[in-house]
Amino acid sequence: MLDAERYVTADGRTIGGTVLDLRNITLRFGGVEAIKDISFDIREGEIRAIIGPNGAGKSSMLNVISGFYVPQEGEVWFRGAPRPPMKPYQVARQGIARTFQNIALFEGMSVLDNVMTGRLGYMSSNLFTQSLWWTGAAKEEEENRAAAERVIDFLEIQAIRKTPVGRLPYGLKKRVELARALAAEPKLLLLDEPMAGMNVEEKEDMSRFILDVNDEFGTTIALIEHDMGVVMDLSDRVVVMDYGRKIGDGTPDEVRNNQDVIDAYLGVAHD
Amino acid sequence: MPDTLLYGMEVALNGLMAGVMYSLVALGFVLIFKASGIFNYAQGVMALFAAMTLVGIQNGQVPFAHLINATFGTNIHHFGWTVPALLAILLTVVVMIAFAWAVNRFVFRHLVNQEPIILFMATIGLAFFLEGVADLMWGADIKTLDVGIPQGINEWIDGTTFEVFGYGFFIDNLDITATVIAALLVAGLVAFSHYTKQGRALRAVADDHQAALSVGISLNFIWVLVWSIAGFVALVAGIMWGAKSGVQFSLSLIALKALPVLMLGGFTSIPGAIVGGLIIGVGEKLFEFCFGTGQCFGGVINLGGATENWFAYVLALIFLVFRPQGLFGEKIIERV
Repeated sequence: MLDAERYVTADGRTIGGTVLDLRNITLRFGGVEAIKDISFDIREGEIRAIIGPNGAGKSSMLNVISGFYVPQEGEVWFRGAPRPPMKPYQVARQGIARTFQNIALFEGMSVLDNVMTGRLGYMSSNLFTQSLWWTGAAKEEEENRAAAERVIDFLEIQAIRKTPVGRLPYGLKKRVELARALAAEPKLLLLDEPMAGMNVEEKEDMSRFILDVNDEFGTTIALIEHDMGVVMDLSDRVVVMDYGRKIGDGTPDEVRNNQDVIDAYLGVAHD
Repeated sequence: MPDTLLYGMEVALNGLMAGVMYSLVALGFVLIFKASGIFNYAQGVMALFAAMTLVGIQNGQVPFAHLINATFGTNIHHFGWTVPALLAILLTVVVMIAFAWAVNRFVFRHLVNQEPIILFMATIGLAFFLEGVADLMWGADIKTLDVGIPQGINEWIDGTTFEVFGYGFFIDNLDITATVIAALLVAGLVAFSHYTKQGRALRAVADDHQAALSVGISLNFIWVLVWSIAGFVALVAGIMWGAKSGVQFSLSLIALKALPVLMLGGFTSIPGAIVGGLIIGVGEKLFEFCFGTGQCFGGVINLGGATENWFAYVLALIFLVFRPQGLFGEKIIERV
């Protein structure tokens, strides 16, 4: 069934079956409905964008996926099974990594240490085995360190490995946050406005990294972004939200020609 | 060498040792404050509770004996056995871990995202509660704690200094032991926080809760862990102070001495707690020696003694005015 859905994109990447399926999600804050009955899916290996005007509920959607919000209605299906309500850390351990709109890094720790926290899920040694069986723990640390270094190399941040994150400029912090998420080797990577507040050059760099990550590791990516040019270039499929509703879903071309989407962005003439 | 100088050196050395004892208490504060932003007023009472539990277990006391006797009309007080010191310490550690779990389960889990002042008030409540529980559990009488730590003058130091200077230094073995144990404890804590998985997770939680969640760290687990470690540090402090001056209510007041240490060292720095403790220990002893009892500079300044009661607080006050983040604390910079 899933294999039948498999297809190859124009640039030669294989898109597989459904990784995440959101079914009729409704999220309320008191009387406010932030998300109204939204369904869409994310398929293996694709770059899926979520766009919409400010306040459309995009970040809320991402927070539902990553477990920071629990929707009142609807189901989240992850890798073929409905997911019971979970804490964010449990979602992370299932293989969903994310970055934040306002960057959430460990400012006091070095870049390397930040990236290493992404590997915590792969380290089985606990306090007692670590103190009793030192060589095994050291080997494990070494392996995970190597994995972290690979990500650091890949994102070209070797030069700042030992720098405390608090001292880095904004653009680099965004990249370190991506590195930390990547270090977890996630099955689904969520990026909340990865290019917000960047200049053109930084945006190009970040776009290249996102494409490379998807290409090299086959990582499934869902991202929120405001820059339409970037979204249309990067993504395979786009979900459009407005006032908590889904008003469009499809390839960039389909979405671009969708009348509801055009109305939401440009406004509707009332006559 | 003039007598005053030798005398001063001995005083300073004793000050260093006393400072280590202050540091031990301050450490517990720093650990919890760093990881959860909670200023744990109950740290001193935790030391008292840990020491009382240790003595109680060692002597084979029945916990809540008075309560049981009053309720059921029985008359039991002791199990009739004694527990070896090492085993008793291990059992006390287990009790402190259970306490850490309970505190998080029943108090702080319900106060997530509250203002720091509310968390602080909760720890004040916790302090009174724990004090009551400790008395109810083990009785309010003054107890002697003996886990086999050597006490009394160190003959070797006394003898050696007498040969070299013609004046023997009086250094207590208990203070030397406390220093060694404190050094081991700090080395252990540093190794833990830098070289273990949980240590890295702990530093991550201390830095940013949201980010910690997003990489799969359970905040509850880390909080229980950090309260357990603080409980362990409280036990060590309780053993040292208990061996020095008996296990009694005043033990919980050592928390007050930890406050100026924290203001000097910074609330978020483990080395700060150590250095702060040493400065206060040496400072108050030397100040008392020089100006309190007027034994320096020909006795020009003689305040008539008892300066140890206030010296630490005045020093802390000066720091609050000129360097509020302490010597090692994180400087608060607002980016505009």
